[in-house]
Amino acid sequence: MNIYVCVKQVPDTEARIQIAEDGKSIETGEINFILNPFDEFAVEEALRTQEKLGGEVTVVSLGNENAAAAIRTAMAMGADKGLLLRTAEPADDPLLVARALAREIGGSGVDVVFFGKQAVGNEHGQVGILVAELLGIPGISEVSGLELSAESAKGKREIEGGSEFFECPLPAMFTTQKGLNEPRYPSLKGRMAAKKKPLEEKAVTLGESQLVVEKLNYPPQRERGRVIGQGAAAAGELVRLLREEAKVI
Amino acid sequence: MALKVLVVVEAREGESLKKSSREALGLARRLAGEGEVIAVLAAARAGEVPGRLAAFGADRVLVAENARFANYSPGGFAAAAAAAAKAANPALILVGGTALGKDLTPRISARLGVPAATDIIGVELEGDKIFALRPAFGGKVQMKVSFKAAPPVLCLRSNVFDSLPENSGRSAKVESLALSLEEKDLALKITGAEKISGERPDVAESNIVVSGGRGMRDAASFKLLEQLAGALGAGIGASRAAVDSGWRPHGDQVGQTGKFVSPTLYVACGISGAVQHLAGMISSKVIVAINKDPDAPIFKVANYGLVGDVFEVVPAIVEELKKHS
Ligand SMILES: Cc1cc2nc3c(=O)[nH]c(=O)nc-3n(C[C@H](O)[C@H](O)[C@H](O)COP(=O)(O)OP(=O)(O)OC[C@H]3O[C@@H](n4cnc5c(N)ncnc54)[C@H](O)[C@@H]3O)c2cc1C
Ligand SMILES: Nc1ncnc2c1ncn2[C@@H]1O[C@H](COP(=O)(O)O)[C@@H](O)[C@H]1O
Repeated sequence: MNIYVCVKQVPDTEARIQIAEDGKSIETGEINFILNPFDEFAVEEALRTQEKLGGEVTVVSLGNENAAAAIRTAMAMGADKGLLLRTAEPADDPLLVARALAREIGGSGVDVVFFGKQAVGNEHGQVGILVAELLGIPGISEVSGLELSAESAKGKREIEGGSEFFECPLPAMFTTQKGLNEPRYPSLKGRMAAKKKPLEEKAVTLGESQLVVEKLNYPPQRERGRVIGQGAAAAGELVRLLREEAKVI
Repeated sequence: MALKVLVVVEAREGESLKKSSREALGLARRLAGEGEVIAVLAAARAGEVPGRLAAFGADRVLVAENARFANYSPGGFAAAAAAAAKAANPALILVGGTALGKDLTPRISARLGVPAATDIIGVELEGDKIFALRPAFGGKVQMKVSFKAAPPVLCLRSNVFDSLPENSGRSAKVESLALSLEEKDLALKITGAEKISGERPDVAESNIVVSGGRGMRDAASFKLLEQLAGALGAGIGASRAAVDSGWRPHGDQVGQTGKFVSPTLYVACGISGAVQHLAGMISSKVIVAINKDPDAPIFKVANYGLVGDVFEVVPAIVEELKKHS
């Protein structure tokens, strides 16, 4: 099996986000970056696929030199080799990112490719499906159960209040999320081994964004919270306020 | 002002028109002004749906009927949306933010070669330029975007935009949309579906959400929240702690790595208010917090905080609600 997994290095979910002076980007100086949490499920599923069906796992990330850290983390978990598609341009437009990834993956004789459901930060939730469409292969989003054989896949994806079942031939693309698997932690040995694994670098140009970030703003401040009472005795007051003041029930 | 807007609607077999589709139609109608609102529907049988689409704001309905569309067909529905865009030549495409809408949005973007933006909470027009607002970085900032190619595809967050009141006097021109489906559009098959979360509406689509966290102590105690949700007509959500403990299904998780919700009322029970949880619910109109720890961070964002034990407070609220109903 020729297995690909696409990963992104993103700000820690705890990070304090500050808008930079240009008003269109965030200050990155103080931020701790991590492997996108959804991509951990993608890497895990790629490794499980390899354990079951054999083959090789290639990790791809597009970005500046910081993206290499996401690749190293995935290799520490067990992926065999890495590919950094290096670009100095901001990678905010999911269609441009997907085109660059599809160009690379398309020519590789891929059997399965895994993505996270969405990247923390920009939170587009688009790149995986875009790549599948650009490659003209089946693409299934938000997969919560997957059974792969050498030629085909079946499983389920999450929908409102339940799931729906799918079947498709390979090659295919899957976006992963919580519930699909429990991602392994990179072991110390894995981290050491990752340093010696091959990480190829290629320069790519994305071209002009069609999705333009005009401005970032802080969201409107919420009113300061108000405590209306203690214990069961306050239940009547709460219901009254929701009915008469907030008028939401 | 006259803008042509295409709305990709969802009406699963045997179900009525989705609430998020009604919201998208409402927004389309307001943005269109003197212009036209066109709905595209992919279904095995359109049945009553075109009439409902008209009642909620569509002027024209393009119907792609195909026996294969009894279940969602990602390739088939995407082909229908792309064909409708080519036939109608809209300035803007709107999609409701359901699981289906989120899956379809990038497909339409790829097929038309146009930009798409997801989780939209605001749309503005300046002349004929379209701006859209979306939260980013876990809701810590809001991003205003514009588009250099038309028609942009906007996937809307549920519960943010108002639908129009149903007007059964409105009518729409209904046309059938010819589709020639390719092999690759049908290679991926959805073979069926299963319901898991019982009778309650889905958390992302509910107007009122009752959520439980680690403070609920075990799965059985969610019965209490089901009673409260029943009394309020609410959907049930959960913190990651509750989901990781196996008390609720993954689909119920609210937060940065779960669902983003914007209900009118969000009731957080035994939830501390970690940043990753707030990321998913901070844009709720009214937040109620019930927590026994007066210093819990959730109280900083709760319009109405109640310090107390959920096992005493929640039943008392249910009693109160029953009293007046
Ligand atoms: C990468 C990443 C992603 C994450 N994504 C999410 C996410 O999407 N969603 C999410 O929710 N979390 C997420 N988290 C986890 C988050 O950091 C918190 O750990 C989690 O939200 C805590 O859940 P909780 O509030 O239920 O539990 P706790 O923080 O343990 O809080 C329980 C609360 O219940 C109260 N309590 C206890 N007993 C009672 C009682 N009898 N009556 C009343 N109150 C009581 C306590 O005072 C306490 O405030 C994420 C974390 C990381 C690192
Ligand atoms: N720059 C990137 N390089 C590699 N993979 C990416 C990149 N951006 C996004 N992805 C993948 O696409 C998924 C969805 O990202 P997004 O559409 O940006 O939310 C992520 O979980 C990653 O698997």
